Amino acid sequence: MSLAMTRALMGPTVYDRVLAVNTFGTKTVLLIAALGFLTERPEFLDLSIVYALINFIGTIAVLKFFEYRDLGWTRPPEAGSE
Amino acid sequence: MTDLILEVLSWMSILGGLFFMIVGTIGIVRMPDVYTRLHAAGMTDTMGAGLLLLGMCFQAGLTLVLVRLILIYAFLLFTSPISTHALASAALSGGVEPYTVPADRAGEFNSLNGGQNS
Repeated sequence: MSLAMTRALMGPTVYDRVLAVNTFGTKTVLLIAALGFLTERPEFLDLSIVYALINFIGTIAVLKFFEYRDLGWTRPPEAGSE
Repeated sequence: MTDLILEVLSWMSILGGLFFMIVGTIGIVRMPDVYTRLHAAGMTDTMGAGLLLLGMCFQAGLTLVLVRLILIYAFLLFTSPISTHALASAALSGGVEPYTVPADRAGEFNSLNGGQNS
């Protein structure tokens, strides 16, 4: 999870950040489920179902915003100077 | 005896899922491009999450918990390809070029292409 956070913080484009946040959300879902197993509380699985859905909807919403508001070009100049 | 087999199976799949998780995350950090990073993230979503939830299913037994775990996996199975596809198409329309072989290393791959053409 910390490695995904590293990519989210240093990723050169917006899409890297969105991808890292999506992976982070998937890992959070699995962490909540495993925590529910470790603490013998199966209610945590419902929380992780809700978290999976919210993660998906949030990713789609951010992508739509960046695609239709024309904010997609955020490439730094040193990445394009090949 | 059956309990022992279930326990061993569940721990094997949980450890395999953790391995795929770590490999996918290292891939996200190390890959050179958005599109190749998507490949690593898909590895995390399918194999890592699938094996971890399978291990938890073996631990749960035939209860209502099993239904919830299958629901979580079904949601992940539907949503992860959709978000990956949306991310790739948004990156393509946003102007990110796919990573290709650098010009100074192109000679290493010419033999492969020549073998296919002849």
